[in-house]
Amino acid sequence: MADNTIITVKDVHKTFVSEAKQSLWDRFRGKTHEVKRVEVLKGVNLEVAPSETVVILGSSGSGKSTLLRCINKLETIDAGRIYVHGHMIGYREQNGELVAERASVTAKKRTDVGMVFQHFNLFLNKTALGNVMAPLRDIKNFSAADARIKAVHHLEMVGLGDKLDNYPSKLSGGQKQRVAIARALAMEPAVMLFDEPTSALDPELVGEVLAVIKRIAQEGTTMVIVTHEMQFAREIATRIVVMDQGLIVEEGPPELIFTNPQHDKTRALLSRSGTSPQASES
Amino acid sequence: MDFITDTLAVFPSLIGAVPIVLQLAAGAMILALVLGLLVALARISQFKVLRAIAVFFVEVIRGTPLLVQLVYIFFVLPSIGIAIDPIPAGILGLGLNYAAYLSEVFRSAILSVESGQTEAALSLGYTPTKALWKVVIPQSFVVSLGPIGNYFIAMVKDTALTSVIAVTEILKTANILNSQTFQTTEIYTAAAILYLMLSLPLSRIVVLLERKARSRG
Repeated sequence: MADNTIITVKDVHKTFVSEAKQSLWDRFRGKTHEVKRVEVLKGVNLEVAPSETVVILGSSGSGKSTLLRCINKLETIDAGRIYVHGHMIGYREQNGELVAERASVTAKKRTDVGMVFQHFNLFLNKTALGNVMAPLRDIKNFSAADARIKAVHHLEMVGLGDKLDNYPSKLSGGQKQRVAIARALAMEPAVMLFDEPTSALDPELVGEVLAVIKRIAQEGTTMVIVTHEMQFAREIATRIVVMDQGLIVEEGPPELIFTNPQHDKTRALLSRSGTSPQASES
Repeated sequence: MDFITDTLAVFPSLIGAVPIVLQLAAGAMILALVLGLLVALARISQFKVLRAIAVFFVEVIRGTPLLVQLVYIFFVLPSIGIAIDPIPAGILGLGLNYAAYLSEVFRSAILSVESGQTEAALSLGYTPTKALWKVVIPQSFVVSLGPIGNYFIAMVKDTALTSVIAVTEILKTANILNSQTFQTTEIYTAAAILYLMLSLPLSRIVVLLERKARSRG
């Protein structure tokens, strides 16, 4: 693990276990309990250096969102290690085994990682300003006045200086997502994770959100983005990572991936989105 | 016309019991809100023992009549050395009973706040406990406001049950008057109207509060 990496993901495995719904009748007949297992991450390795913009591509079910959520310990992992800023997140090692760490310790480490969700996840009982101020007040112990100044600054940065007092119900999807971005950025995380930030938006609102993300990237913020916007990925990424069935199958600089994809899956992804002229579905 | 004037004449003697009704309802409601929230939290807790205790409490309370609970507290507990005065016993009985119902209101309200908000809070560095208190509970409280108000109105009327444990609230006062004057119709009509006069403005207030809470966000 290089000293200056911000995120290090080492051989991470994750299996979702769900107990299949059983009807009363099945239980009467003594039918044995069914447990469904889906291995979503099958040994993923990834390093992210400062100022990098890593874009993860992959079809749905490839494990890309799960990987992002694991980096923030919103999902548990079964094996492997994830380090943020050199600190293992969510677990500590005891005799080579992963042991879950205290929630308050994980919480502290999470302030280093900002996350933007597909469905915005704004606090619905707070205004745009209140959403950005809340974590500054609750987590960073800012005074009301200081939190306000910082929150206003970040909301102006995402172009919402005139919507400070609007509740989420009075904001468009694009505006909500920009509030969510401002809220995460105001915490000054070392890295920003974007989990399909434009997938829930009407097409005409996608542009305003992508423009904001692009500007943040240009300012040198380290980020990892999961998206289906190929053109955007090509423009913004310093590195593209392609995932398929729980594994990283290809990675490299965008010029290379988009003009000379090596893996079948990459070619299929590009041709489906119509981004790559010479890609062929085969 | 005699009936109306006679009924009106009863009011002054009954109105003296209104402060006791309000005292019962307010005290029991505070107890029910605090205990109800605790029981709701216990029910969604990750600790199995807490969940089991909470479920047991809710089932026992909901499975027995409030009248029986009041009688039990006032007449049975003294036999094991716990003697409680009528008004505190009434507050305790009503409070425990409504705590069970309110805990269900709180529980569903807490579950109704989408988990995405909790995830967002966690990703911002909130601990799970802090996310619950700072993000989820304030919102679930707003959702609960209507049902809480309705339960409060129901409780004001249920204070009448405490007449059987010697609380001199409106009904008990009416009973005493009746045994002295035998103006049965006038006395109980006045009592019914008095309850109505208490609950009608309350339901109006609940509607207004709910509307105000919904207009935000």
